[in-house]
Amino acid sequence: MTMTRQQVLDQYFMDARHKLIDLAAFLDRVERAEGDADFRLDAFREALKKLGGDGTEHARDVLMAFSDPTEEPIAAAPGKGACGAWPPQDN
Amino acid sequence: MKFIEPHAHMVSRTTDDYADLATAGCVALCEPAFWAGFDRSSADGFRDYFRQLTEYEPRRAAMYGIRHFTWLCINPKESEDLSLAADVLSIIPEFMDNPNVLGIGEIGLNKNSRNELKVLEQHVDLAASHDQLILVHTPHLEDKHKGTRLILDVLKNDSRIKPERVMIDHVEEHTIGMVLDAGHWGGMTLYPESKCSPARAIDMIERFGSERLWWDAACDWGPSVPLAVPRTAVEMRKRGHDEALITKVIYENPQQFLSQCDRFKL
Repeated sequence: MTMTRQQVLDQYFMDARHKLIDLAAFLDRVERAEGDADFRLDAFREALKKLGGDGTEHARDVLMAFSDPTEEPIAAAPGKGACGAWPPQDN
Repeated sequence: MKFIEPHAHMVSRTTDDYADLATAGCVALCEPAFWAGFDRSSADGFRDYFRQLTEYEPRRAAMYGIRHFTWLCINPKESEDLSLAADVLSIIPEFMDNPNVLGIGEIGLNKNSRNELKVLEQHVDLAASHDQLILVHTPHLEDKHKGTRLILDVLKNDSRIKPERVMIDHVEEHTIGMVLDAGHWGGMTLYPESKCSPARAIDMIERFGSERLWWDAACDWGPSVPLAVPRTAVEMRKRGHDEALITKVIYENPQQFLSQCDRFKL
């Protein structure tokens, strides 16, 4: 690590603040919209819980919160794309 | 700054991108075979693609003083069709002796299906039987952690595979440790929306060290930035890292891994 905490804040605080407000606005936008949400919103809220607390594994923990926790290969690929969160029907 | 772009799908990019890469200091780039955005209908479609990768694209790169290298395979996104995969695997040896072919790649998994796994094992067998380097694509987003584990198991189960001759690309914070622990190389892909941001890629160098790691742009027809590697190097400089470390990540490390193939000459 080459930077002090003060230097990290100087270099990255405004960018992180911008992204945090964007994230908050995204949640507001979802709440204002009509209709049902799908599993991605629940996954997002679960991942948000990983941001609290100290430590240096926040990024890893958020990635794991979105990840498929199963171990065996699936029978057949349902398509080609990934949506960013693990669908609960695979439980 | 001099750098190697170790993963770029230039068939999807314009000539202006070659000019920009050369201007930024790119001396060589490596183009793995990948999914075209639509499924090819036959092995003949792949034969034409492999000709593009081994004949046409090197000439286009040479116009800008960039050495062009390539990797051959059928991408995991097209591996659900076992018959097509078998046909494509059978024609790959026709192209292996081309002077810009580095090995088999980018193979791996996409949705972690049984057929994808079978085709991955066939590719690994092809690489091992022809003593080729391997470049691995790890799955996207929610499928990456599970897929990376499955891929590592396949590689571990083939005793002919030397871990140091395998690059596992698209690692992130939740997969980089297991890749390095298995003795492989790891690639961090710098994408604007998914995979790694420049800041996160530098974080991982700071946390895991600079051995057996590289950065790549993996620029293709989707959201991607051909100059992502030099831009990340600039950010690394802003953090106060010395030039020797930056050069190691963007030039010396890819050179070290790729030079395990005799054809990789700069």
